[in-house]
Amino acid sequence: MKPAFLASAQPEDTGPSNGLLLRLLSSDGPRSRALAALLVVIVLGLAATPFLFGGSQPLGTAAKICVFIALAASYDVLLGYTGIVSFAHTMFFGIGGYGVAIALDRLGPTWTSVGLGLLGALALSAALAAAIGLLSLRVRAIFFSMITLAVASAAAVLASQMSTITGGEDGLSFQLPHQLRPAFRLFAEPVLGLSINGRVLAYFLVFFAALAVFLVLLRIVNSPFGRVLQAIRENEFRAEALGYRVVAYRTAASVIAALAATIAGGLLALWLRYNGPDTTLSFSIMIDILLMVVIGGMGTLYGAVIGATLFVLAQSYLQVLMGWANTALTGVPVLPDLVHPDRWLLWLGALFIISVYAFPGGIVGHLRRRH
Amino acid sequence: MPEPLLQLEGVHTHIGPYHILHGVDCAVPQGGLTVLLGRNGAGKTTTLRTIMGLWQASSGRIRFGGADIARMATPDIARTGIAYVPESMAIFTDLTVRENIVLAARSGPVDSARLDWMLGLFPALKKFWNLPAGYLSGGQKQMLAITRAIAEPRRLLLVDEPTKGLAPVMIRSMIEAFRALKQSGETILLVEQNFHAASALGDHVLVMDDGKIVHAGAMGALVADRSLQQRLLGLSLDAHQ
Amino acid sequence: MSEFPSITTEQAQTPLPRSKTDWLPLLLVPALALLALPFVGNPSSWVTLTVAGLAMGMMIFLMASGLTLVFGLMDIINFGHGVFISLGAYATLIVLGPLAAWGKADSLALNLGLMGLCILVAMALTAIVGALFERIIVRPVYGNHLKQILVTMGGLIVTEQLIHAIWGASPIPIALPETLRGAYVVGDIVMERYRVFAVVIGLAVFGGMQLLLNRTRIGLLIRAGVENPEMVEALGYRIRRLFVSVFVAGSALAGLGGVMWAFYRQTLTAGMGMEVMVLVFIVIIIGGLGSVGGCFVGSVLVALVANYVGFLAPKLALVSNILVMALVLVWRPEGLFPVARR
Repeated sequence: MKPAFLASAQPEDTGPSNGLLLRLLSSDGPRSRALAALLVVIVLGLAATPFLFGGSQPLGTAAKICVFIALAASYDVLLGYTGIVSFAHTMFFGIGGYGVAIALDRLGPTWTSVGLGLLGALALSAALAAAIGLLSLRVRAIFFSMITLAVASAAAVLASQMSTITGGEDGLSFQLPHQLRPAFRLFAEPVLGLSINGRVLAYFLVFFAALAVFLVLLRIVNSPFGRVLQAIRENEFRAEALGYRVVAYRTAASVIAALAATIAGGLLALWLRYNGPDTTLSFSIMIDILLMVVIGGMGTLYGAVIGATLFVLAQSYLQVLMGWANTALTGVPVLPDLVHPDRWLLWLGALFIISVYAFPGGIVGHLRRRH
Repeated sequence: MPEPLLQLEGVHTHIGPYHILHGVDCAVPQGGLTVLLGRNGAGKTTTLRTIMGLWQASSGRIRFGGADIARMATPDIARTGIAYVPESMAIFTDLTVRENIVLAARSGPVDSARLDWMLGLFPALKKFWNLPAGYLSGGQKQMLAITRAIAEPRRLLLVDEPTKGLAPVMIRSMIEAFRALKQSGETILLVEQNFHAASALGDHVLVMDDGKIVHAGAMGALVADRSLQQRLLGLSLDAHQ
Repeated sequence: MSEFPSITTEQAQTPLPRSKTDWLPLLLVPALALLALPFVGNPSSWVTLTVAGLAMGMMIFLMASGLTLVFGLMDIINFGHGVFISLGAYATLIVLGPLAAWGKADSLALNLGLMGLCILVAMALTAIVGALFERIIVRPVYGNHLKQILVTMGGLIVTEQLIHAIWGASPIPIALPETLRGAYVVGDIVMERYRVFAVVIGLAVFGGMQLLLNRTRIGLLIRAGVENPEMVEALGYRIRRLFVSVFVAGSALAGLGGVMWAFYRQTLTAGMGMEVMVLVFIVIIIGGLGSVGGCFVGSVLVALVANYVGFLAPKLALVSNILVMALVLVWRPEGLFPVARR
């Protein structure tokens, strides 16, 4: 008997024209006009950022969005699709960042270093994720959350203490391979009014790598393997009774998520030409990822796209807005403190709680329901 | 005819997506022992759990001593005077035998006459008085579970398969204990698969199949009528005899 | 309790099976302490380290005990437990503000009075916030671990931010009362006074909890509820009410732990609760989720290891805890004292 959940989901609105696109999306389209439009705007916007905006700040924000889309999507494989909460995702993110940073710092600014650093990081992440999974998921899924929290905090301490290798609290700054440096020019002439220098190339490297990670993850969650994960999430005991080794599947999901997070960490380090505890390892980034995935919508990778984009934009621009409100409310008791620009996390936290209660599907779930 | 102590009218129970009880109608008269028989999966345990409020009836009425208890919470149902011995016995293994009984006596210390009477039913419990109940054997755990149910006077005992998995000698002493309980005037609703035990103890019998009561009557009549047994309980019955 | 006649008559001749107390995990603590002695070398440093470890263990125990009980009783995991620690710590400011003179006075009575007031205010505040937290954050997601983790994490974020909004975002230094500073010196053994104070408070609370759990009806109910909440209800007890009181008491204990931790660090930050939660989680996993005794042994074990390793190989201190946890889980996957459940 073939369990119902293994039957592949039927795409709802397949036209002949978008067949290729849908294949790229593993037949898991947005299934909502508003969501599709939003996604198109985000992808096109990210692709066009170097052409549309001058200056380094918009490009930096866009690169950060790309990295966090990949990171949040990989986290959703765990949280949304497998139904387990990890607090070690930033550890893998950090391993990727440090892998690239240490290799480029020690072995010189070559592509071989990038490759070696990333490979080493991927191997370490896979081994750690497998060890944590096998040790904790064997007994209770809830152990996993606590143990990942403990291991991640130990990793953060370790990274800041092994300063000879990791640069400690200061982190590591390093040189990029020749082609990614600002002085490099791909073409002699500007394209669409933009001179394609190493910075722009680095941006597109981040953009396309993040896109590839996202599409691969989308393929994985829509594969038979992904459906078993969802079956386990829905009813652990039933899946076990049907003969699926729950621990093995969950551990595999955790390894996959860890690998994707490692790549995202490597990308961020490449973009920043720097890696340190605050950019990839800190617990506050872990909280950020949670907020992105839950507010965007768990259990649908598109939620990660929406969540990461909104969050990074909010991080950059909500504080400005709150600054105005803070000034406007001067003299009123208590309120100015609550809308102080530094308190933006307070409101996102409240939004997060409300999301979990009232919109378990997050923004994506909400958009799809209206459709 | 006096009003029955417990009466179920059209009780339906759903557990998750599954519809288990399909309109149970039955009555348990005051005094005596009523046996609830039926195949595995007929809904006997669900019936007891629904009475106890551990699963909420989705519709129907459960009248106990004149009041409808179908919508009440489990602790309040227990406080109307119903005691429950689940199939798993649900002994608190971390607590001592004494502590298990102390907890069962809600209104305070058990008076020594009642204690003597209870331990007279199950002398083995005395030996393990201050040991964690986890060390008891299966039969002793069953004794403790029943003692817990009668630690204070209750109006109705719901007991789910007390002989399950017990050695024959243990089953005999269990039957003796239930006889003594009957004599002391307790009203008991007993789920039992062992027809020998059921026929030895029962005054009244209810037979369930597919979430409904398919037969209700006197135990003696069922014992006397082999063809009725055959029809209601099938071959499984002969195996037990 | 003399509710029952003791039974000693005719059963006396049959030998009773002995109650098999699980000694092995209990022996771990002294074994570890003795094992560390030759490595540390100097007996006086060893005493200092052991006292420091015990003090830290007691504080972790205070913070962890409520969490493990709440989990055992209602299968609720509260990732926001750390805010009660932070709140308890910040609550000392309410007392230290107006009564700063009590702390500066060189009078044991005034100093202890000040500590007592801090503890009282902190426990009252965290009990109230705990009740609100239970009502608003936890109750709607009963029975769903995933949502519990998320929502309690959300509660943590919001409450931490509220602490920032009320008391400011920068770290706040606080001073130990005069007579609790310094150390007792016996020969060449140095024991910091505050650590001894922490050990006394921790032991008192542990003793109190043991009495409550083993000698009172409430305690019996809690222990029974940890094992089988459904049966406790079937016996006619409203477990919901019991749960709320345990949650509130657990929050208040975390608040007490927060006060102790605050004076130990002598600096307040809103994130201090979450930082120590790492240890708290390790401890309740090691001890066995739901077991108060295991939580106590686990706390002392983790704290001793951290102190010995911190002395011998400082860089490995936090990693050593992970190692201890991994070893315990390999030995006993459910923790040192697994709690029987249904």
